[in-house]
Amino acid sequence: MRYGLLAYPGLVVSAIALLLAATAPGLGKLDFRSDYRVFFGEDNPQLREFESMQRIFAKSDNVAIIVAPGNGNVFTPGNLALLKAVSDAAWQTPYSTRVDSITNFQHTEADGDDLQVRDLLADSGLPPTTQADRIRRIALNEPLLKGRLVSPRGHVAVINITIQLPEINKSREVEEVVSSVRKLVARFENEYADVDFFLSGIVMLNNSLSEESRADIQTLIPLMLAVILLVLTLALRSTVAMLATFSVVIASWLITLGLAGYLGYFLSAATVNVPMIVMTLAVADCVHIITGVQQALARGQSRRDAIGDSLTHNLSPVLLTTATTVFGFLTFNFSDVPPFRDLGNLVALGVIIAYILSLTLLPALLCLLPLRARPSRGDNRMEHLAEWVLVHRNRLLPGILLFSLACVALLPQNRLNDVAVRYFDERVPFRQAADFMEENLSGYVFIDFQFDSGVPSGLTRSDALQQLDAFSDWLREQPEVAHVSTLSDTLKRLNMNMHGDRPVEYRLPRNSELAAQYLLLYELSLPYGLDLTNSVNIDKSATRITVTFSNIGSNQLVDFETRARRWIQDNAPDITLTAASPNLMFAHISERNMFSMVMGTLCALLLIALLLMVPLRSWRLGLAALTAMLVPAAIGFGLWAIYEGEINLGLSVVASMTIGIVVDDAVHFLVKYRRARRSGSSSEDAIRYSFSSVGPALITTTAVLASGFLVLTASSFRINANMGLLTAMIVLAALLIDLLMLPPLLTHLDKARGVIDHAAEKKIQTA
Amino acid sequence: MLPKKKYKLLNLFLLALALSTQAQSDPVQRGLEIARERKARDSGWVTSEVHYRMTLRNVAGDTSAREIVTRTLEVTGDGDKSLTLFKQPADVRGTAFLNYAHIDTPDDQWLFLPALQRVKRIASRNKSGPFMGSEFAYEDLSSFEVEKYVFRLVGEETFAGQRCFVVESIPNYEFSGYKRRVSWIDQSHYRLLKTEYYDRKDSLLKTLSLSDYQWHGEHFWRAHTLEMVNHQTGKSTQMLVQQLKLDAGLSERDFKKSALKRAH
Repeated sequence: MRYGLLAYPGLVVSAIALLLAATAPGLGKLDFRSDYRVFFGEDNPQLREFESMQRIFAKSDNVAIIVAPGNGNVFTPGNLALLKAVSDAAWQTPYSTRVDSITNFQHTEADGDDLQVRDLLADSGLPPTTQADRIRRIALNEPLLKGRLVSPRGHVAVINITIQLPEINKSREVEEVVSSVRKLVARFENEYADVDFFLSGIVMLNNSLSEESRADIQTLIPLMLAVILLVLTLALRSTVAMLATFSVVIASWLITLGLAGYLGYFLSAATVNVPMIVMTLAVADCVHIITGVQQALARGQSRRDAIGDSLTHNLSPVLLTTATTVFGFLTFNFSDVPPFRDLGNLVALGVIIAYILSLTLLPALLCLLPLRARPSRGDNRMEHLAEWVLVHRNRLLPGILLFSLACVALLPQNRLNDVAVRYFDERVPFRQAADFMEENLSGYVFIDFQFDSGVPSGLTRSDALQQLDAFSDWLREQPEVAHVSTLSDTLKRLNMNMHGDRPVEYRLPRNSELAAQYLLLYELSLPYGLDLTNSVNIDKSATRITVTFSNIGSNQLVDFETRARRWIQDNAPDITLTAASPNLMFAHISERNMFSMVMGTLCALLLIALLLMVPLRSWRLGLAALTAMLVPAAIGFGLWAIYEGEINLGLSVVASMTIGIVVDDAVHFLVKYRRARRSGSSSEDAIRYSFSSVGPALITTTAVLASGFLVLTASSFRINANMGLLTAMIVLAALLIDLLMLPPLLTHLDKARGVIDHAAEKKIQTA
Repeated sequence: MLPKKKYKLLNLFLLALALSTQAQSDPVQRGLEIARERKARDSGWVTSEVHYRMTLRNVAGDTSAREIVTRTLEVTGDGDKSLTLFKQPADVRGTAFLNYAHIDTPDDQWLFLPALQRVKRIASRNKSGPFMGSEFAYEDLSSFEVEKYVFRLVGEETFAGQRCFVVESIPNYEFSGYKRRVSWIDQSHYRLLKTEYYDRKDSLLKTLSLSDYQWHGEHFWRAHTLEMVNHQTGKSTQMLVQQLKLDAGLSERDFKKSALKRAH
């Protein structure tokens, strides 16, 4: 059939052009989801608890406007007026339901038998500076404000806008909110040149996910294409070969994404990598086939014969390497993170399409275009390299083994850490805002605890209140906690107000009726949007406590959650504690996903090993292949421990992905080695043959793969950038292993096999 | 004689026509007239006592009940006086809330806390927060006074099978929680059938639907089912009238601060 196709290259090209035309409209169906929640499956337990809590209380999606006045004091009449103006304007944010700031904080005060409830910044008739001082004194002593809406030093303030998106077209709604708050901030930035403004919060996180992904598509794809062009031109030294490969790469990418659109996939921060990875992998098949053709041409064959010859020789290794790569990516389905499953499946699809195209479109194009033999300078160098390796094999093998073992020893130094904010690098404004918040106010990591008595009106029962208060105190004592927002503070304050503002009365109401009646009184006094429904549920059986942390990793967060649950078990057994937050979701999925991906990697290893047994038909070659798969990953992750030491969702898939990719080069090498051995060559000659026949292709494909994944490091998403960097490291390590460790290992294994075994095999063959 | 009288009648008719078309062409004037008519048809009941049962519902589908009794004294020229007794949940039973509504100044409010055995005055200009955690703000429950709003007739349409005026009202009170409200008032009885509340950024916030209208005291229509749905949070509150007495035999004395302790 291949040869049949070669007879009608024009037909093949037209057919593929038609296929392109048919699938391309699918590209338009790919929409981008700007929501961190796409990282979690529908039945993710943390997502469910989070959503359940949002249904019981109110949603906690937010935009935080951080205001940092140049004079380092928010409590000046001018800066307070600015805060009020920003707060008032913030109410106009689309889908906003609540705005919290120090200026509209509902301050309660006793005045005889009057309970005064009003904005902290209200017309008081006091001179402006006296009033500003009063507000400073109150705000910096108010546990609900200090550390949350104003920094303990009083130099930075936050205006928190609670957003309730209707979630009909979430991406558009997020854009509306972001564009509105950006306009608001721009307006005030113009007016107040010495004040810095930053935007943070969940809505900004979602927005950054989408903005940065879009930016990635716009910058990385052109960069990717440029890099591939450059590497191919350098490596193949033929415009024709380069053009043919380029066509296959582009066609693979377009058909894959077109099909993805038709299949109902969407783009997310992870799947945005599909074009880059598919293009990178598509190059490898083409390079092997084109190199084969060029070598055949150099031997003096006609162009058509050379193409046929290369296809025959490469058919089985290319099929095999495609299969291993596909398996590697399909194990992404072990991941608990839906976008990574999509990424794996789409790349697998893309690799299959690239395989088909490199056996159809590529030969057809090569038939149509004037391809010439490539100058064969490289082959000499390959032979030199082969000799060098053979001479130093007794030092190379143990040396590399020792190095690999050292890397393995470093592996445990890597720590899981998934904090969504840190998915962005320091160039991204959202990250800058979060870092600023962390340094000046409190962290951006929080957990909402639902403290549930299980009984209607049970929250205000004395025992429950005391437990709530003790729990809140315990939370505040924890070193990683920066702020605790709890109802017990409100009740203590009300109790004090009801007793003539005497500080000794700053304590819990003495019985449950009193607590309930204080709350009723307080609720009757609150304005629209600043009520208690976001912290107390409707039958007053449960309350929401928000805990903010500073400088905490995802591991410690899960650990904190466990400690909090244990405290409740030990000290308040009747209380049901639920914990939820986006940060907690990422922290949990990080652990679970890592476990799943380890399983996935083992599965990939097993499948690929089985697959290799078929063509290699030798456990020694199988062992060699396994070494070539595992050692690069061990080196990569070991070096990573020194370089960064932090493993996030993006890196969790690298092991199984690179296994599928790096085995390809080993397969090409081993298949050639085996062919030489079977035709009677000695182990050493077989190695020389392998070097000269596939060596150049291995170097070219590695160069393409490494530079392709290095392109991803330009992404401002650290999940993508880190994945690209680590993959590139592993691919490079794999080339070194294939060229420097595999040959000594093979000769060593073949020596060990001994003469008897060899003779026995010969006997069987002749029999 | 006859032609002259006829002429005079015709003149009067033309004048009336001119006035009515002018009024019809001025939606603000028409809105005000409708509001006045509505108020006029619901005046004269002197005092009332209504037992309500509120059912709060959150997005998760959980419900919670509240029971209150509201006594009201009609006041002409200012907002009504009302006394609300809290019956359920049990831990607020005995709490009594006295409110003197005012048209353009903050209401006077007192609360008697039985657990403290004291009356506290609430010095707050806020009436826009949720009433007992429900979707009703105190603002939504207080007496309807024409002077509180600027009205505008925005259309006429059939709602729930009845021909209605659609009237927009913009609150004069600076601390109202709303930018505006749009009400559907039936043309035959001037009963309020539905109100949409728009928040300060002019997004639809809540819809109040009133149904089960019953005839009381030979003069007055009163809705017995009030359903408030918050479109932004998805929460809702149903308010059912369980007992309703007009001309309830109460006097000014029952609406004094000193009445709070013995109100139950």
